[in-house]
Amino acid sequence: MKRVYVNEKWCLGCHLCEYNCAFANSGCDDMVKALKDVQIYPRIQIEQGNGINFAVNCRHCEEPLCVKSCITGALSVQDGVIHVDQDKCVGCYTCILVCPYGAVMPGPTGGVVQKCELCTNNSSGEPACVKGCPNRAIVFEER
Amino acid sequence: MGIDYLSPDYEVVRNPQRCIACRVCERQCANEVHSYDSEWKVMKSDDSKCVNCHRCVALCPTHALKIVKTDDTFKINANWTNEAIGEVFRQAGTGGMLLSSMGNPQPYPIYWDKILINASQVTNPSIDPLREPMETRTFLGKRPEKLERDADGSLVTDNLPPNLELSVPVLFSAMSYGSISYNAHESLARAARELGTYYNTGEGGLHEDFYQYGPHTIVQVASGRFGVHKDYLEAGAAIEIKIGQGAKPGIGGHLPGEKIVGDVSRTRMIPEGSDAISPAPHHDIYSIEDLRQLVYSLKEATNYKKPIIVKIAAVHNVAAIASGIARSGADIIAIDGYRGGTGAAPTRIRDNVGIPIELALAAVDERLRQERIRNNVSIVVGGSIRNSADIVKAIALGADAVYIGTAALLALGCHLCRTCQSGKCNWGIATQRPDLVKRLNPDIGSKRLVNLVSAWQHEIMEMMGGMGINSIEALRGNRLMLRGVGLNEKELEILGIKHAGE
Amino acid sequence: MQKEGAIRIPSGCAISGIFSRSGKRMNGEPIIQSISTMHDRSNGLGGGFAAYGIYPRSRDLYAFHVFYDSVRAKEECEKVIMANFDVTIAEKIPTREMPEITDEPLIWRYFGLPFEKLLKDTRLDEKEFVARFVTKVNTEIKGAYVFSSGKNMGVFKAVGFPEDVGRYYRLEDYEGYCWTAHGRYPTNTPGWWGGAHPFSMLDYSIVHNGEISSYDANRRFIEMFGYKCTLLTDTEVITYIVDFLNRKQHLSLKEAAQVIAAPFWSEIDRLPPEQQKKLTYLRNVFSSLLITGPFSVLLGFTGGLMALNDRLKLRSMVIGEKGDMFYVASEECAIQTIEPNIEHFRAPQGGEPVIVTLNEGVDA
Repeated sequence: MKRVYVNEKWCLGCHLCEYNCAFANSGCDDMVKALKDVQIYPRIQIEQGNGINFAVNCRHCEEPLCVKSCITGALSVQDGVIHVDQDKCVGCYTCILVCPYGAVMPGPTGGVVQKCELCTNNSSGEPACVKGCPNRAIVFEER
Repeated sequence: MGIDYLSPDYEVVRNPQRCIACRVCERQCANEVHSYDSEWKVMKSDDSKCVNCHRCVALCPTHALKIVKTDDTFKINANWTNEAIGEVFRQAGTGGMLLSSMGNPQPYPIYWDKILINASQVTNPSIDPLREPMETRTFLGKRPEKLERDADGSLVTDNLPPNLELSVPVLFSAMSYGSISYNAHESLARAARELGTYYNTGEGGLHEDFYQYGPHTIVQVASGRFGVHKDYLEAGAAIEIKIGQGAKPGIGGHLPGEKIVGDVSRTRMIPEGSDAISPAPHHDIYSIEDLRQLVYSLKEATNYKKPIIVKIAAVHNVAAIASGIARSGADIIAIDGYRGGTGAAPTRIRDNVGIPIELALAAVDERLRQERIRNNVSIVVGGSIRNSADIVKAIALGADAVYIGTAALLALGCHLCRTCQSGKCNWGIATQRPDLVKRLNPDIGSKRLVNLVSAWQHEIMEMMGGMGINSIEALRGNRLMLRGVGLNEKELEILGIKHAGE
Repeated sequence: MQKEGAIRIPSGCAISGIFSRSGKRMNGEPIIQSISTMHDRSNGLGGGFAAYGIYPRSRDLYAFHVFYDSVRAKEECEKVIMANFDVTIAEKIPTREMPEITDEPLIWRYFGLPFEKLLKDTRLDEKEFVARFVTKVNTEIKGAYVFSSGKNMGVFKAVGFPEDVGRYYRLEDYEGYCWTAHGRYPTNTPGWWGGAHPFSMLDYSIVHNGEISSYDANRRFIEMFGYKCTLLTDTEVITYIVDFLNRKQHLSLKEAAQVIAAPFWSEIDRLPPEQQKKLTYLRNVFSSLLITGPFSVLLGFTGGLMALNDRLKLRSMVIGEKGDMFYVASEECAIQTIEPNIEHFRAPQGGEPVIVTLNEGVDA
């Protein structure tokens, strides 16, 4: 299955992926309208320190702990992609606690969780973080 | 600190309506122009630090930024221009020579733009490169002095002196590791291999990782002899003796000690932190007969298996100098025009020394033909080849191939901010700072170089087809395919072309 | 209007050639008939013929055909000819008065050999001596133009339609084993006789239909080897290239054709290694002698004829054979008209040299 991979060697820590992610998931067709003067909640996040930058998002594990631990069945695997059904999510945050990557996070409202769904749940097509990465540090490929 | 007489040349203009304060500009500017004011929650900029490299403009996701030439001005004076005044202020403040990077930006005539190319109409057919073969394969090097036949009368083919074979008559010109980054070199090397052409190490030696690209590498021997050793000479497909460069004819180079770190130091074979100073002349070449000795020393060292290129800057007497070089055993002469780029040169020299490559090329080609030695040597020209039409014109004037440096850097992201000497290249090209170097991913860089040269190749083929020419050698020196516009008699005479309408 | 040499004039054309492998002598009638069939391919601004084997009695002497604009030019030129050559015959070339042919220059021919002592002093071989002499006359004596300089062969040309030119020169009175003809369709011409074709040097003669796009690349290269392109015509530069490759570099005609109309790299790269090496070598070493753009060329030489098309075959050219007779022309009709029973017609491929020579034992 094609997944999003990040090559730390080329990640510049510019944080563009975060903004592209937030925009893609905003449901808005204008980035300025979507993101101006708002706190963003991207599903991909840059970890950085000691001159190393790394964008982290859901690995779409083959045996996902988050799905196993979900108490309401809000998390499911469809064609390899782990989806959140925000109508079913009750915001217990168990998934956040069990995810070894820290790739599940509370959504803007705090009541339900959100995570990277490889832009299958928005109009971006290809994952927005990949499309917008200026240094091809984030790639979407079969490995 | 006294008064700073200088005001910024460029202003960063931010559209506050579009800025989402993502701070990408701030993170990407090595010159620290941008900053975030957390109290006012806005982005700010310090114009005085801006070099106009456009990194922030290119990465701003909402297109909220532009850089404009300032309209702040000293009192308008056609003689004492803002630049002239500013340079006096700068030198009065520092006491130093002015330094600049990349090629001569002054408004001298660009002869390429005063030359037009021919096309077929009626009397002979143009050729469609999509339907018919259109050949750009080029060989550089000497030709055998005479043909030989073996006992059974068949032609002896192994008496051909070493040649370079190019699938397209474009090479990447010399840019040293040190002046440009590891990733820039990797991009050039990989692109050269994919394109079937060559890149040039410049005078900084060859990084051990890049020996694998040897068959597509020209190794340079310059006056500082940095990184020159047996394996290095043997690694390349050809060896270039650099006498001079168009941006700074007659002077040497100086890579400051702070850039001589890690691999750069090891590759150049000089201690970390020591300045890499290339002398103005080669101290074993004070005359043309000395050049011959170096040419043959290098040939001996490599068992006569590598063509030797001698690179010179286009200066007033270039035709006679080239003729001397052709008679000194060189296989290829590279001529660099006064618009050639550089990582750092004294501004006055860059802007005032040398001559246009178009005139130099025309003069050299014609002189070598008059002396009947044009077939003994190939000519490669550089010094601001900007597009495929420049290449077609150069070849029709008499060049075998062209070197591109600035255009290659532009493909890699360079925006010609002409601040290479600062070492803070935001595009990861002219820098050794690891956080900046990594901005140039060679996967992207090499692909963009391949794209550029392939696109130019298509255009060259299209123009050749228009002229009814289906192989590049039939274009070489074919000056009837060129006409001048707005050139005076003398210029036309030197270029060896007629005026449009003739 | 500027004449050939001062300006480059493109032209289209008709060409035709007849060759007898057994050395049978034919008079000029058939070739005139052949070329006149393609009347529409010329526009009356140039026609000419080359014939081989026509001067058997002076076969060992150089036959110079010369145009003079004036008596003064003739006197000046003859002085130089007599100083260099032991001339046995000097005469006007016989012509017929015709209303179609006007503005005639003085047309003379001379048969002779270089003075032996002079030749020795120059340390040149005889052909080189003659070639240089012709170049010297044509570049230095105003109003004189040597248009034929081979042994036992001759070029006859004028401004006019080729069939008229043939009758004007009384070609019915000459007998040769090989004839070539040319009808010219220049886009503009001042009507200078020297500009008509064939172009000839020593015993090479060339008729050509085409307009080569590599002209200046070829010219500027070949001029490094002592040739002087004074007419600025394709035919002139092609002749010099053949002379250079065949006479001076000792390439066979086939090899010369592989330089002039070299196979494409895509073809070369598919060949067995030995052939690949040879063709790559030739293309590399003589890269500036590759001729691009349309051409069909007939190269006459002592004892043979070569037909060659450009490598894309952008000009028509067909060959036909019957018995030991070989015919070649721009159009098939030009062959049919003189030999209705051709056994085998063929259009040679682009870049494929077709070379015919006299049968073994037959004297040129």
